[in-house]
Amino acid sequence: MFADWPLLSLVVWLPILGGLVVLASGSDKSAVEAKVVALLFAIVTFLVSIPLFTEFEVGTAAMQFVERRPWIPGWNIYYHLGVDGISMPLILLTTFSTVLVIIAGWEVIRYRAAQYMAAFLFMEGLMNGVFAALDAALFYVFWEAMLIPMFIVIGIWGGPNRVYATIKFFLYTFLGSVFMLVALLYLYFQTGSFSILDFHAAKIGYLPQVLIFLAFLAAFAVKIPMWPVHTWLPDAHVEAPTGGSVILAAIMLKMGGYGFLRFSLPITPDASAALDWLVILLSLVAVVYIGFVALVQQDMKKLIAYSSIAHMGFVTLGLFVVYDIVQYNQAAGQPALAGAAIGVEGAVVQMISHGFISGALFLCVGVLYDRLHSRRIADYGGVVNTMPMFAAFMVLFAMANAGLPGTSGFVGEFMVILGSFRANFWYAFLAALTLIVGAAYTLWMVKRVIFGDVASDKVAALKDIGAREFLFLALLAVAVLALGVYPAPLVEVLDASVAQLLEQMTRSKL
Amino acid sequence: MFENMETVYLWVVLAPLVGSVVAGLFGWLIGRAGAHWVTIIGVGVSFFLSLVVFKHIVIDGAPAYDGTVYTWMVAGGLPIEVGFLVDELTAMMMVVVTFVSWMVHIYTVGYMRDDPGYTRFFSYISLFTFSMLMLVMANNFLQLFFGWEAVGLVSYLLIGFWYKRESAIYANLKAFLVNRVGDFGFLLGIAAVLLYFGSLRYGEVFAGVEGVAAQTLSIWPGVEWPVITVICILLFIGAMGKSAQMPLHVWLPDSMEGPTPISALIHAATMVTAGIFMVARMSPLYEYSETALAVVMVIGATTALFMGLLGLVQTDIKRVIAYSTLSQLGYMTAALGASAYAAGIFHLMTHAFFKALLFLAAGSVIIALHHEQDMRKMGGLRRYMPITWITSLIGTLALIGAPGFAGFFSKDSIIEAIGHSSLGVAGYAYACVLIGVFVTALYSFRLYFLTFHGEPRMDEHTRDHVHESPWVVTGPLIALAVPSVGIGAWYVGEMVFGDFFGRAIFVLPEHDVLGKLAASFHGPWGMVQHAFFQPPVWLAAAGVVTAWYLYLVRPELPGAIAARAGALYRFMVNKYGFDDFNEAVFAGGGRGLGNLLWRIGDVRLIDGLAVNGSARVVGWLAGVVRHLQSGFLYHYAFAMIVGLVALVGWAVFWPVE
Repeated sequence: MFADWPLLSLVVWLPILGGLVVLASGSDKSAVEAKVVALLFAIVTFLVSIPLFTEFEVGTAAMQFVERRPWIPGWNIYYHLGVDGISMPLILLTTFSTVLVIIAGWEVIRYRAAQYMAAFLFMEGLMNGVFAALDAALFYVFWEAMLIPMFIVIGIWGGPNRVYATIKFFLYTFLGSVFMLVALLYLYFQTGSFSILDFHAAKIGYLPQVLIFLAFLAAFAVKIPMWPVHTWLPDAHVEAPTGGSVILAAIMLKMGGYGFLRFSLPITPDASAALDWLVILLSLVAVVYIGFVALVQQDMKKLIAYSSIAHMGFVTLGLFVVYDIVQYNQAAGQPALAGAAIGVEGAVVQMISHGFISGALFLCVGVLYDRLHSRRIADYGGVVNTMPMFAAFMVLFAMANAGLPGTSGFVGEFMVILGSFRANFWYAFLAALTLIVGAAYTLWMVKRVIFGDVASDKVAALKDIGAREFLFLALLAVAVLALGVYPAPLVEVLDASVAQLLEQMTRSKL
Repeated sequence: MFENMETVYLWVVLAPLVGSVVAGLFGWLIGRAGAHWVTIIGVGVSFFLSLVVFKHIVIDGAPAYDGTVYTWMVAGGLPIEVGFLVDELTAMMMVVVTFVSWMVHIYTVGYMRDDPGYTRFFSYISLFTFSMLMLVMANNFLQLFFGWEAVGLVSYLLIGFWYKRESAIYANLKAFLVNRVGDFGFLLGIAAVLLYFGSLRYGEVFAGVEGVAAQTLSIWPGVEWPVITVICILLFIGAMGKSAQMPLHVWLPDSMEGPTPISALIHAATMVTAGIFMVARMSPLYEYSETALAVVMVIGATTALFMGLLGLVQTDIKRVIAYSTLSQLGYMTAALGASAYAAGIFHLMTHAFFKALLFLAAGSVIIALHHEQDMRKMGGLRRYMPITWITSLIGTLALIGAPGFAGFFSKDSIIEAIGHSSLGVAGYAYACVLIGVFVTALYSFRLYFLTFHGEPRMDEHTRDHVHESPWVVTGPLIALAVPSVGIGAWYVGEMVFGDFFGRAIFVLPEHDVLGKLAASFHGPWGMVQHAFFQPPVWLAAAGVVTAWYLYLVRPELPGAIAARAGALYRFMVNKYGFDDFNEAVFAGGGRGLGNLLWRIGDVRLIDGLAVNGSARVVGWLAGVVRHLQSGFLYHYAFAMIVGLVALVGWAVFWPVE
């Protein structure tokens, strides 16, 4: 029934329209109305995005729900939207997370609440645009525009050191993006088109491929982020308000991974194959080095931020081990792509799962911060005594973060480790260290914050979560468990698109 | 009545899960009694259905069931499923797990009566039962790993059940992390299985062993390892964590911080035997690697002896039993190394009964003495607690392998099997397990005499209030005492020397020590008679007499010996220094490395030098053009210029073709 609806345009523009309405209606006097309107728009957008999943045709890698109209004909630029099995789940993650963020900000934001809500609605539309755009120019507009509301969210509702954090955040991401713009323009001049699908098909020489790959790497490595261009993330998280952290961790980091999937691998396959060692090396550094750094953090948000970097290392690892798997298969006389899909699919599953888990953990920290106005681990202790329901959620999400089977956190890591073992024993060995290190930093934090006797009068005075907080934590808990117990529907959606990606990324363009 | 066995299998697993979820989420609604009823009924149903399964598979001899419940995912054409494999081994484990669990549920009604976390506790132990059943009933490695980690989770939650105690929350973190070290190896083993067998299903993996047996892989350049050996050792690392084999045993003694029913259920009877079960389940793989079998045997035998020795110097009643558990797990592991899988599993079963009995009896003593665990403050309790006393004596006799009791048949089989093993390391292992018999008898009767005999050493007030525990406590003790006596004689013929496990356990003809021993097996009574001509029984008797002399006749002697032994005694009290080493090297080293990487790598080098350095450069450059722009836009503009310059340059150097 939704087949001829412009669903993708709706999920892009409906929240932006909502944001305008909220801005127009909102002053601090009418904050309640503004919040209700914002929530309505977020919920409707989420509902509109559901048919993208239910009506999605599995078994084909072709773009679906495609919309294509001329936009700037002189430059051959189109308003071209469409999703495949890789981008569609990311859109659902975005629309779902935005609802939670609006609920989470309901009582907490007392200062310019309407503007706060509007910023998140704008961000939602723009992020959906990033995942849906099939025209590189359109993509780039969304990609850059998305930074502005986040910049504002941190800059206005952020912590005391927000100016340093915003500048750092902005400089890092923007400098990376500029290189990507250059690469996109180069591809336009080569192909005469801004269509990403045309880029996929274009023949490109080896040296240009390498330069394009490096330009993309600059953009995506910053975004995801990879060591050593990761230091903006902990600072941004620490200063961002809870909602900003949630969107940053749950969605924005995924754009780096999405960029590798949509741009680097299919557009520059030969360069990716030649430079895969670099990405794999940085991924393993992320898993191990960053894991140890997370262990010694004293600020809960920083700890989760570092944990995010380590978890995103699995995404890039799962994507780039494919080339080593092909080599292994050739040596072993097996079909070239045997056993390669599981790593790439694991990478995408990890992105979705990390969206839920990191969002949940940042919301948990937000719940504590709202009460005690501190994120320092040392200021807590024995929270379970006064907030038992909250403690149950926090332990669940911590376990998910530690990759416990039965939660979504296990699925992606498991798949990537299985995949990378085929590429090289030591990749799997180093990646699997997360089983120990990841559990250590997460559960040590839980021990110090949640367990133990009541540590202070402030902790003794804590009140357990209310209905609103219960709602968003419970929704995430359901998502984390559902994806952990039954990941088949998600993987089924991915399958055909990943198969095509594997074919593209291993076919030489020379 | 039970036409459709698939439904039965499903409900064996689901009944405890439902109980757990109801008690956990709706405990506030149904109250304490509601919580214990729903979980006791859930596990009771599961136990009853397990008996049905046992009859179906073992007694009626139905073919093994191997089926899928649902497809977890299909990744790149590879189906990964959740499913059940129910054969003789599974059926036996199901009965043991659900029976012990059921007894512990009932016992908990009495033991935890005054605890504010009552409903939560029932939810956890039912969740544990579910997880353990998922583990033993798995037909593939994914589900095995799920159960493996899920029992670890529940263990974590239960060790830290009294979360206000610093020692408890330290112990549960330690337990989880040490288990994760094992799981790390285990997961790599699973990855290796997938790579070389192309499947995670047991059936397909076992069918492909012959083909893989000849393959090698190179982990270090130039060194080729047989694939099967690598897989088996990686999987065994997981077993070392879960079944607490040296050097990954360090978490088990600390796990005694949990409530006593948990020590009985999880840290003695069921969860810690997961590793033993796993290796037996994987016998078709282990049989093809003598190297792996030798590793298993050495680790097991070493644990059996050296952990038993530590039981001699403990004063906490639960810790003595914990070290005893470590030692007995070592016996089981050593049996696996000798390819006597059936004997190892048989000891797993008898041990589950008598060790759960000993723990629950210790718990009965502990509550009678108002949570006193120090044996130096016990003594003479046989006069006050007759049921606890008699059942404890039965458990102790079973543990030391007194002829006729359950432990005798299983342990004697293990020792004989190791004695007949053809592996090169069997001599060392045989010496360890033989000396271990003496040590076991000594520490067991030390505990027994200190607790139940001699003069009462508790204070007046406590002694006046000591009385036998209520029926919910003594009932399970009696119920567990029955198999502790009888199960050995009843099942040794079939299980160890017969064809009980049939297709479930695979042994190559040249490793078949139990087959050789079966020729000289003439029924359980014959085995008892034969035992009097063998060293183990006399070693055990010597241990009992020594304990009697040291702790009842000359109670001042042990202290004097400890004083004379000085350094050795301290070394043992320090648990051979494992904890200090781990704390300093792994915990301290990890934190030190983290601080180094963070403060030097991230803060000083990346942020200090690279980022803020370039920010200063940008700031300086921006200052040059500041009069053109204001606010943050200047960064934007500046970057745009850089981009355009690069773009123009690029277009010039690589023109459009």
